[in-house]
Amino acid sequence: MQGPLIDTLVRQGVSRRTFLKYCATLASMMALPPTAGRAMAEAMAASRRPSVIWLPFQECTGCTESITRSHSPTIEGMIFDMISLDYQETLMAAAGFQAEEALHNAMKDNFGKYLLIIDGSIPLGVDGAYSCIAGRSNLDLLKDAAKGAAAIVAMGSCASYGGIPKANPNPTGAVSVSDIIKDKPIVNIPGCPPIPVVMTGVLAHYLTFGSLPELDDKGRPKAFYGETIHDRCYRRPFYDQGKFAKTFDDEGARNGWCLFELGCKGPVTYNACATTKWNGGTSWPVESGHGCLGCSEPDFWDAGSFYKALSTPANPLKLAATATVVGAAAGVAVSFANRAKKDAAKKAHQPVTLADLEK
Amino acid sequence: MSTAQRVVVDPITRIEGHLRIEAETDVDGRITSAYSAGTMVRGIEIILRGRDPRDAWAFAQRICGVCTLVHGIASVRSVEDALHRAIPSYSIPQNAELIRNLMIAAQYVHDHVMHFYHLHALDWVDVVSALKADPKATSTLAQSLSSYPRSSPGYFADVQKKVKTFVEQGQLGIFSNAYWGHPAYKLPPEANLMAVAHYLDALAWQRDVVKLHAIFGGKNPHPNFVVGGVPSAISVHTSGGGQDATALNIVGLQTVQNVIKQMREFVDQVYLPDTLAIAGFYKDWGGRGEGLGNFLSFGDLPSKGFWDTDSFLIPRGVILNRDLSKVHPIDLDADNEIQEFVSHSWYKYSQGDAQGLHPFKGETELNYTGPKPPYEHLNVDQKYSWMKSPRWQGKSMEVGPLARVLMMYASGNEQAKELVGVTLKTLDVPVDALFSTLGRTAARTLESKIIADAMQGWYDQLIANIKAGDVRTFNDQYWEPSTWPKHMQGVGLMEAPRGGLSHWIVIDDAKISNYQAVVPSTWNAGPRDAKGQPGAYEAALQDNHVMADPKQPIEILRTIHSFDPCIACAVHVTDPDGEELVQVKIK
Repeated sequence: MQGPLIDTLVRQGVSRRTFLKYCATLASMMALPPTAGRAMAEAMAASRRPSVIWLPFQECTGCTESITRSHSPTIEGMIFDMISLDYQETLMAAAGFQAEEALHNAMKDNFGKYLLIIDGSIPLGVDGAYSCIAGRSNLDLLKDAAKGAAAIVAMGSCASYGGIPKANPNPTGAVSVSDIIKDKPIVNIPGCPPIPVVMTGVLAHYLTFGSLPELDDKGRPKAFYGETIHDRCYRRPFYDQGKFAKTFDDEGARNGWCLFELGCKGPVTYNACATTKWNGGTSWPVESGHGCLGCSEPDFWDAGSFYKALSTPANPLKLAATATVVGAAAGVAVSFANRAKKDAAKKAHQPVTLADLEK
Repeated sequence: MSTAQRVVVDPITRIEGHLRIEAETDVDGRITSAYSAGTMVRGIEIILRGRDPRDAWAFAQRICGVCTLVHGIASVRSVEDALHRAIPSYSIPQNAELIRNLMIAAQYVHDHVMHFYHLHALDWVDVVSALKADPKATSTLAQSLSSYPRSSPGYFADVQKKVKTFVEQGQLGIFSNAYWGHPAYKLPPEANLMAVAHYLDALAWQRDVVKLHAIFGGKNPHPNFVVGGVPSAISVHTSGGGQDATALNIVGLQTVQNVIKQMREFVDQVYLPDTLAIAGFYKDWGGRGEGLGNFLSFGDLPSKGFWDTDSFLIPRGVILNRDLSKVHPIDLDADNEIQEFVSHSWYKYSQGDAQGLHPFKGETELNYTGPKPPYEHLNVDQKYSWMKSPRWQGKSMEVGPLARVLMMYASGNEQAKELVGVTLKTLDVPVDALFSTLGRTAARTLESKIIADAMQGWYDQLIANIKAGDVRTFNDQYWEPSTWPKHMQGVGLMEAPRGGLSHWIVIDDAKISNYQAVVPSTWNAGPRDAKGQPGAYEAALQDNHVMADPKQPIEILRTIHSFDPCIACAVHVTDPDGEELVQVKIK
């Protein structure tokens, strides 16, 4: 019997006999027939699915719910065939002491190799007592778990940028993963929640190629966050023609016109909603008539009302906003202004590679 | 067991959020005292202060991503109620109400099925035992229970092979370190295999049926809402070439119809028969886990507007001491009816912590007095939770599926009476068995059936309205806050899957001046109050729980999971006057 695991164990001083004994014991503990011990040993020796540890901090479980909505790969496909999801509080069978032990074992057995996923922000107020698991603060748990992680995924806007707990006035002193951890590769997958296929897509990339995808200056994978919602929006032609819905239920709304004047944040939001859509390609927020909230951008909760038309975050956009007031005749100017804005934005999105992160 | 023990279960897994249970047992392993503690707080109400009330739904919705729509709905209803109180003619279009009902109903059915299979089932179903099942006998069992088509011997053999391969690889992932083989598991291997197969089927099913939320709200989790109606305009009759850019066209409507069909089929063919089949092996759980005997429902699913409570599918009211012959009315505005207490919660009241406060006058100041982490135990004689303790007329109340089914039963809902009757007869248990852990779990299934069936009626009405030329979905009158009275207040009520939910908003000069959410899991999971009365979780655990092995607390999990905890919901409350930390910068 040979394989990477058994070789590693032998190097660590574990004999083949001990390993087989372990497998036999495990089999009997799980009430399996004696032959299962041998089969288990062979399978384990041949290959191991990479360990994934998911820790929930100041979160709403929306990110976990979202990943269960992924159509490809599916969550069950990942759990059975791609990863060993060794700690995930919403889905795991064990609780309490047994859950703590599962976490401890996974960190020990896969030290230096596991992928750590964090959802939720980390509160620093009152010694971390604003969020505890098994009596330990999120900060304590994060620092401990990060030590043995090969890479960290900050899942959702809270883990990526602090999210809603960090919204003004940040009552609990919430911070993001990258505010705390500086010595590990971190990929941010923002969104409130992130798009399911983006979550699984980034994980699949890591598992397939052994590295994180190319990131932008906000730590997001460029493949999914490289363009604005507005750039790829189905309603974009109406924007260019100066046709805007004025309420949620007027002729424009029913005809699928642009939601800019209803407060859509699509022009300043980098995400893939308009191309991947949501829930198996069924729809996405703008298609269903509501402006983009901008939920994948840092501090979007404090960027002004969701129903206030964008004003002037950048010069090219100022031109665009002014142009919309003028109406249809300004369509060409708007279009021009947005090309300029897009170019500027592209320049701001310089790629960040894994090598940069590890510098 | 030879000595009394203190059992701590933290984290309680397979729930939403961060929950800790501490329990004291006597020498026989019987739980004598139980304490429920929420261990995470974010302070969303502080964050809401000073903002545009029309934006509040998006913030409030992030209270919870599991019951992802409920806080959004309750929040828009709170602003609409404030407008309605100030301007009695204010209402939302009927189509918007129908669409909201469809979305709420879809949330129920989706949430309840996922709770049963993915959060609760592993308390009753032994995954490892499924490996010993005979797939042919499993098929025979499944076909004796239901007409669900995925029931062939080959199908169960495939599922079994998949699980076997998984187990033999030795990496059990989310199934590791559990209580497999514990004597409390009673299902035969074939029933375990069937349940494991349906666990996987339900995972695939739920992905498809949330498409209903995506059509109306753009995405799930966290679909979009709007004060005054719904954001999805109906574009069936348009001809401007923009239909492809909208969701609520004929394709979208057909998707909704298809989802309704899928939901009803899964409830009828899988969820309902599985509940009855599994419950049959656990009838003893019909004799423990009741606790309070008091039940509260705000009611929901209107057919004539939210201000006509007589038109609700789920009625409003209170049941006391199991007495189904009397439904007590709720006075929302009375100072002494709905109150929140903080005697055992990490908050401080300006007039002393012993009094209760009505949510319109609610105040909360974060006041952590617990042990510095890391800690072994909480001081349960003092404050021990980030959850408050809501009370109705000073009494602890259970909210949720059991409260609603009892309320429908007591109010004469024929379908509810029939379903309860059939369930009791099938299981051959007395009516008292309703008031228990088992009854709570069964009630969740029964209301799923009632609500899934009702969806078709709302869909048909929506289609009839569109056919008749009524496509209104949004009331733009009073959309602009500049048209609002200077001072308003309102309450947004709803029955969330986990129970009665209320958002209380006070608006001054078109900005939020106070926002209080009193949520289902606060009613159920909150700590003791000033009089020492336990909350619903605590009382339920103190009702006839003997632990076979305190190191494997499966009994605690069964009863706690029967409530379907949602702790991020329960713990988020901070007050306008609450402590505000300066932003912390990490170097």
